Formats: sequence, C-alpha cells, structure tokens
Amino acid sequence: MSLGDHVPTLQVLDPGGQRTDAGALPGELRHLRTLTPAHLIAMYRIMVRTRAVDAEATALQRRGELGLWASCLGQEAAQVGSAHALAPADYAFPSYREHGVVLARGIDPAAIVRLFRGVDHGGWDAAAHRCHTYTLVVGGHVLHAVGYAMGAVLTGRDGTGAPTDEAVLVYLGDGAMAQGHVAEALVFAASYQAPVVFFVQNNGWAISTPTRAHARAPFARRGEGFAIPGRRVDGNDALACFAATAAALADARAGRGPAIVEAVTYRMAPHTTADDPTRYRDAAEERRWATRDPVARLEKHLRGIGAVDDSSAAQIGAEAAEVAIRMRDACLALGPPQMEDLFARVYATEHQQVSAESAAWASRRVSHGAR
Amino acid sequence: MTAPTWATAPPAASTSPAPAPSLTGAGPAVTTLSMVAALRQALADSLRHDPKVLVMGEDVGRLGGVFRVTDGLWSEFGERRVMDSPLAEAGIVGTAIGLALRGFRPVVEIQFDGFVFPAFDQIVSQLAKLHSRSGGRSQMPVTVRIPYGGGIGAIEHHSESPEALFAHVAGLRVVSPATPGDAYAMLRQAIACPDPVIFLEPKARYWDTDEVTIGPDLQVEQFDRARIVRPGSLVTLATYGPGLAPSLKAADALAAQGRDVEVIDLRSMSPLDVDTVASSVDRTGRLVVVHEAPVFGGIGGELAAAVMERCFYRLEAPVARVGGYHMPYPPARVEHEYLPTAGRVIHAVEGVLSY
Ligand SMILES: Cc1ncc(C[n+]2csc(CCOP(=O)(O)OP(=O)(O)O)c2C)c(N)n1
Ligand SMILES: [Mg+2]
Repeated sequence: MSLGDHVPTLQVLDPGGQRTDAGALPGELRHLRTLTPAHLIAMYRIMVRTRAVDAEATALQRRGELGLWASCLGQEAAQVGSAHALAPADYAFPSYREHGVVLARGIDPAAIVRLFRGVDHGGWDAAAHRCHTYTLVVGGHVLHAVGYAMGAVLTGRDGTGAPTDEAVLVYLGDGAMAQGHVAEALVFAASYQAPVVFFVQNNGWAISTPTRAHARAPFARRGEGFAIPGRRVDGNDALACFAATAAALADARAGRGPAIVEAVTYRMAPHTTADDPTRYRDAAEERRWATRDPVARLEKHLRGIGAVDDSSAAQIGAEAAEVAIRMRDACLALGPPQMEDLFARVYATEHQQVSAESAAWASRRVSHGAR
Repeated sequence: MTAPTWATAPPAASTSPAPAPSLTGAGPAVTTLSMVAALRQALADSLRHDPKVLVMGEDVGRLGGVFRVTDGLWSEFGERRVMDSPLAEAGIVGTAIGLALRGFRPVVEIQFDGFVFPAFDQIVSQLAKLHSRSGGRSQMPVTVRIPYGGGIGAIEHHSESPEALFAHVAGLRVVSPATPGDAYAMLRQAIACPDPVIFLEPKARYWDTDEVTIGPDLQVEQFDRARIVRPGSLVTLATYGPGLAPSLKAADALAAQGRDVEVIDLRSMSPLDVDTVASSVDRTGRLVVVHEAPVFGGIGGELAAAVMERCFYRLEAPVARVGGYHMPYPPARVEHEYLPTAGRVIHAVEGVLSY
C-alpha cells in the first residue's frame, strides 16, 4: 500500500508577497476577507517585534544573562498568523518556542525570559492572558489543551452560536507528534468532539532528528484515522496560517470538533543556544530557507498594497527595537526567586514536611549564612 | 555477600538472550578521560565486543547525543546499531524490551532526567517485571542511561534526581558512577548485566577528567559494591554520583581542622551495599548520608534505617541526611540553595559530632 506524500498546501502570499487566494477553501476565504490593511499591519508589527525580542534574547544568552534560549527565528508567520485567528475568549497552549504567540496574546516579553533566566518555571498569569505557560516536556501540554476544550463543551461554551463559544489552539512540533500522549490527545479530542485545533509547526527538525524520521506521511493527514480533518499550509505565509487556523477555530467554536493545521516552516536558528546544527544539517538547506523569510514576505505584500512604506516600516522596526530593549532592561533587573516563596508554593495547603524543611532552611540561613 | 556470577563471567546460556561473549583481546590500559569520553569508550567497547549491543535514543546518532556521549558511534557502527529514535520515550524503552526479548542488549539514552517519565510505565510495569513474570525465562539486559542531577544552571526538568523512584521498583538495578573510571567500568558491567539497569550519570561531573582503566579484558569490580573513597575514623559520609564531589570537598575542609571523615561512594542504590556502610559505621559510630535527591522518601532514609538495624548499639548520634527539599527542583538561580553543597555537608557532620 502506498500513501501519497502530498497534500495540497495552502498559500495565500507567494514568496514575492503577491496575494494568490486561489487555493483557499470557502471557509478560509471568508476569514481572509475580514482582514483589513490595519489587521495586516498589526500582524506584521507583532512579527517584527517577535524577531527583535528573539534576537535580543539570543544576545542576552550569549552574555550569560539567560541560561538558554530557544529561538523562533523563521517561524514568526506560523506563530503570529495563527495566533491572530484567536478570539479573545479562545485559549492558547504554546509549547516552548512560541514567543510570537505569547506576544500576540499581549504578554510582556519580559515574562518570557523569566524561565530562560532561571528565576521562574512559569512566567505569566495564564488564565488572565488566556495563554498557558510554556511546557518543556515535549507534547506534555497537548492533552491539557484537549481537556481544557472538553471543559468548554461541559460549560456550554461551544456550539451554541453565542459569542461566548470558545476554542483552544494548541501548538506542537513535528517531533512532538511522535509522542504517545499526543496520539491519546487526538483520541480524546475526537471522542469528545472537543473544540481544539492542533497547530503543528513542522519546522523540519526535532533537535538533530529530521521530520522524516518521525513521520512518513504529512501531519495534515495524521487525523484521518481519528476522523479529525487536517490542512497543510505554507508556514512562512502569515495569511495562509491565519486563514486555515481561523477556519478551523470557527468550526471548533461552532461545535464541529477538532482539526489539525500543519504549518510547513523552518527552524532557522539552532534548536537552542546549546545546540550546534552544523553537526547535522547543511548550510545549503539553511540558505534555501533564508530566501523564504516570513517577515520579509508579509512586508513585501504590505508595501505592494501600499499599507507600509519606508517610513512606516522604519517606525515599526524602531518600535520593535524599543520593546526588545525594554525586555532586556527588565530581564537584567530580574533577581533570583526567594526560597521561602518556593517552599510556600509547593502545595495549596499546609504540608508537614515542607513546613519543617522550610523552617530548617530558614534557621540554617540565620545561623550560618549562605555557604 | 557473594559476587553475582555475571560480575566476572557471563551467565549460563539457559535463557534468552544469548549471554555476553567473554571479553577477549588487549589487556587493560590506563588513560586520562573525561566522564563523557569514558562513557563513550564503554559504549564503543561494548558495541565492539558484543554484536547484540545496540544504542538507541533521541539524537544519539549523527549529533552524538546532546552531551556527545555517543559522538562518533553512529559513523563507526552504523545506523543499525546506533539508532536515532523518534521522540517518544515510552516507544524507546518499549521497543528496547521487544529487542531484548529476541536477544539484543539495548542501551537506551534518555535525553534528560525529567524526560524519563513518559517511559515510566514501560520501565516499572514491563522492564522490571518481565524476568519474574516469565518465570526467569526472559532476561531483560536493557541499560537505561539517564544524565541526571543539577548544578548546571538548566531549565526545568533538566536537573532532577529520580533514583528513589526507580530503587523502589523490584527488578531494576539502579546505579550511578561518580568518577570517569567508574563510569567506564560500571557502564561495561551494566551492559553485560542480564538485569535491567537504570544507569544514572551525574551530568555536572561529565567534564571531570581522571585516569580510567579501559580494555576489553578489564576485570571490573562489582558495580553494586560500595567503595571507600577516603578512609577516616570520626564520621562516615555515604554518598553516590553527584554527591561525591561536595562530600570530598567537605572531608578536605574538615581534615584541615583535624577532623577525619570516611567517605563512601555507594555506587549502587539498588542493591544497596549496607555491609560496607555498616562496617564503617561500626568503626565511626556516626553516619551522614548525602544525595541531591529530595531527602523525603529518599535513599538516605533507607540507608539510615538499615544502618540503625545493624549498628544500633554502635551509633553515637542519629543518622543525618543532607539532600534536596520536598519541592520541585528550583529555578537555576537558586539551585545552590537546594543542592547538598560542601557547606551543608560540613554543617551536618558538625551536627552529628556535637550530638
Ligand atoms: C519528553 C521529552 N523528551 C525529550 C525532550 C528534549 N527535547 C526538547 S525539544 C526536543 C525536540 C522537539 O522537536 P519538535 O517537537 O519538532 O519541536 P521544535 O523544537 O522543533 O520546536 C527534544 C527532543 C523533551 N523536552 N521532552
Ligand atoms: Mg520541530
């Protein structure tokens, strides 16, 4: 038996930034039509900001101010385009590289670096921003997203036609799709017809392991056996990512169940600042993808339609640089957490051992100082 | 305690899989290696010496593992023996069990301590129990290598010490080398052992270098026998893996004050070499146990109870435990507050001495 390796790939902006809606499905077209130039500029602004923040965080890591950084360079369209499809009541579950999603949800970039600086395991108030904190165990959050979506059904916030209907958007990578618990997530999502969209950023690599080692068929087809529809999009095309995600989220909110969106993109940077990709991939591959830069593509489009010119582009760039500098300053001011607080937050209620250890820690602190 | 037969010779060929071929070839040689290089050498020698040995794990092939322990093995032994696994720990351990059922000796790498838990079910409910369930017919010569412990400034899930969780499971051997020399010898033994071995590598010590005796004919000490690293008479300090370095540092500092502490590297948490510790405590009358893992429910508690049973009349002070707290491993910027530093060890030694 042979499986087709090819599924249609939605592309709305060609690499030259020209609009080509031809391949879009009716649902996707409907959402594309809602986009005004102001929306496109807003998307572009967050993509530029994401890139600036990402570059600054990489620099901070090099200077020893962060322990590690996982760059999202090259994935800005996938992240910001899809996140743009979120309604305020929707909920996002990022993995650990979705800085563009986090910024699109209005979270202060200084919150992201808390984890990477080693002062926090979380960073922001997830419920307040309707954006979960990062999960570092690959795929660990995907079932949580499904459960959260099941809760929307249980609380009458799905499929009612009212504006309170919600959907959940969960981000995962090509590597994560290999995890057993991700298969369980697909089973649960299908079984409960949970309003959840699995947004798979197929960025070519899971550290040194290429996508083909994890999947012999496109991820867009992974849902077939679960009766979960799938759509593959050009992940470096913000509008394609937006359109497919918006259509899938709208279906989910309307009670039509889960979907998979596979965004084919590329991790332009090393896996993290601790990685050395020269050991496992070609510079030629990186150069090829550099010509498909997602930020440049949207900018070309915006210039083409007259929504952005040299001066407004420069202004957006300057504003992004300022955001990055504010993040840097806030990062440098982040001190270590207090052990007392760490003891206090282990449990919601009193725990004898924790109380005893906390007291012993404090008294040793007093009698011996730190040593 | 008599040495298990496999410590010096392969087991009788009564059960699957085939026993490890006997070690033949050049005699032992002494060389200076980092712990990473010693582990790599042990893997290479095992792959060379036994065609049934396989290396499996995430990014262990072309990349050579995130710590480069398997660097060069993929090009030397090929992708059929050094396999880049899909990103699925339950899959890695579960398929290793299947391979072991037909005679392979898989050595799997879990990328970091905190990522072993997707495989926990396979390890606890299958790997540990198949020998017993099969009436002794199915051996499970699977080695699960896990870089573990803190002190490297890492993000969450990259600094944990899960040894007690595994030591509690009958059917698993749980060991941890503390030095490059032990890393080589103990990994060779773990791979040759017909039982599943949880092989915990103290990643903070990966770049330490020391003299290592290598060679296919190496006569290794049993990896589950504790070693007296530094003889002393006042207090017994028992530790393993990442606990050894701060314990030795503490012992040096105490020696400078004329206090002579005996330091024991347990090497193994299951089995636990109570004999060696108890005979030390019979001499010193005092015991401090040091590990990075949380004290609550930890190996230190087990050792304290066992020593109390054996040395009740010899003990001059309650056994003290130094280790992690009952909290998730903290963010990196305060990990020094959590780790059993030399200062905390000295404090505990002073405590048992002044009792
Ligand atoms: C359960 C688990 N195993 C291993 C790791 C180590 N690890 C971190 S990221 C990663 C690769 C993930 O690849 P992918 O899902 O494609 O996401 P990407 O990093 O490309 O964004 C691995 C193996 C982990 N974090 N969690
Ligand atoms: Mg990937």
